[in-house]
Amino acid sequence: MRITTREILETIKMVELENFDIRTVTMGISLRDCVRPTIDGLCEAIYEKIVTKAANLVSVAEDLEKEYGIPIINKRISVTPIALLADSLDEDNLTQIAKTLDKAAKEVGVNFIGGFSALVQKGMTKGDKRLIMSIPEALANTERVCSSVNVASTRAGINMDAVGLMGKIVKETAKYTEKDDGIGCAKLVVFCNIPEDNPFMAGALHGVSEAETVINIGVSGPGVVRDAILNIPDKDFGTLAETIKRTSFKITRAGELIGREAAKRLGVEFGIVDLSLAPTPTVGDSVAEILEAMGIDRCGAPGTTAALALLNDAVKKGGAMASCYVGGLSGAFIPVSEDSGMVRAVEENVLTLSKLEAMTAVCSVGLDMIALPGNTEASTISGIIADEMSIGVINKKTTAVRVIPVPNKKVGDYVEFGGLLGSSPILDVSQVSCYSFIERGGRIPAPLQSLIN
Amino acid sequence: MKKWEDISKDVLAQALNDEEENPKIIVSVLGKDRVGIIAEITAVIAKLGGNIIDINQTIFRELFSMNMVLDISRASEPFSRFKEELEKIGEELGLKVVAQREDTFIKMHRV
Repeated sequence: MRITTREILETIKMVELENFDIRTVTMGISLRDCVRPTIDGLCEAIYEKIVTKAANLVSVAEDLEKEYGIPIINKRISVTPIALLADSLDEDNLTQIAKTLDKAAKEVGVNFIGGFSALVQKGMTKGDKRLIMSIPEALANTERVCSSVNVASTRAGINMDAVGLMGKIVKETAKYTEKDDGIGCAKLVVFCNIPEDNPFMAGALHGVSEAETVINIGVSGPGVVRDAILNIPDKDFGTLAETIKRTSFKITRAGELIGREAAKRLGVEFGIVDLSLAPTPTVGDSVAEILEAMGIDRCGAPGTTAALALLNDAVKKGGAMASCYVGGLSGAFIPVSEDSGMVRAVEENVLTLSKLEAMTAVCSVGLDMIALPGNTEASTISGIIADEMSIGVINKKTTAVRVIPVPNKKVGDYVEFGGLLGSSPILDVSQVSCYSFIERGGRIPAPLQSLIN
Repeated sequence: MKKWEDISKDVLAQALNDEEENPKIIVSVLGKDRVGIIAEITAVIAKLGGNIIDINQTIFRELFSMNMVLDISRASEPFSRFKEELEKIGEELGLKVVAQREDTFIKMHRV
């Protein structure tokens, strides 16, 4: 037999029982040729370009799903950071552009479109400022638009003016979407070292150094990794790392296969495979449960950071072997409300905000989908952002903050975001102020690249 | 007269080329064993004009497990029809029938 029964059964088990899937096929589209002096002209050009380029995205993905027998969960679009198109406009409020993106996303049938974004790690132009100030209204008036702002990088340091501003913008966004428990904040990420080819939302954008149109693939499979680990309960760490590597190799190969075929059929370039273990609220599709399968009784207990570091590194190694073009974030995501195991750990008071911060130093992103009390001060949110950015800057990695100060809720209350965004208890956050620190303004200088202890 | 090496080279080259151009289909059938499963499944394949080029059937613990490699490059019907019809017969027989392109397995399990 050309393919062994064992190989066939293993693949079928991964898909049928362990929730293995291609999490997203994301088409990156450059909008740089859409620049116009008027906002009406710009919106028209953006809409035309997106609906033309992505016309067949959904149908091609659906065909591939059938032919290869691997579910493709999401079809998405990322675009050039919109702030870059906004400098010479005749208008300060960019909500109309967000609405245009939303309309185009609905037209082609994708569930999210990312790139209502600005890159301000060193400073802000007029366009950047316009974009950031428009975020609360834009996210409240759209359904599928995702926004991200990069406020720090290892090369540039941390733009603390932007950090201070983003604390206010997060609060404002929550207020604008008050009746939906501040859901606007679930579509807004503050980044350090943002990747230019990340296919996952809410942080996807089509970077300025990217080609005209590309296909990026996000694969996932926490359930597959967890089951592989459950099969080797007593083995040592070398075997554990090897098992994770082998599993992530197989998952990435499937992603690469789908990505190349999708790019070919759509007549665009193949970008990267992002192998990220992205949990969903479905039981068994959890990163926390992987750590627990390794022998940690509950995610958040001592040992959790080490377990996550091992997982993240082994996933990257397996992925790098499987595809020439691994990119994006590639690692383990720890979005609290989207991961049933994390939620349970928070409910049992084992997983706290400070432990999560430590975990972000070794995982692929950052403080993600964390519900905070509604009365959390803007400066406190800026403080959380600044801490997270500094972890990224110093460790030369991507970090991010996606927190939701849920209006009118306090510690111990519960919030339901629904769907893939899940639900979560409100986490406790220190009430001690860092207001004067944030108010200093300016930039935190880029760190030394030598003397690196 | 052609030497054996030349003939085998030609045949192999052609076979490999054919592999590239005509991706094969793997049909996996899983479920409770009973009499006549192969007959029913292969009847569907024959009706649609698929050619079975490899077949492997075993009882895996108590599970009936059959894998077939199909060449549908000369079939009268497209892949989507095969998938549809095979999944339908699977449901009627109470079996899990999966049809997918062979590349999925080759890529995932072979370096």
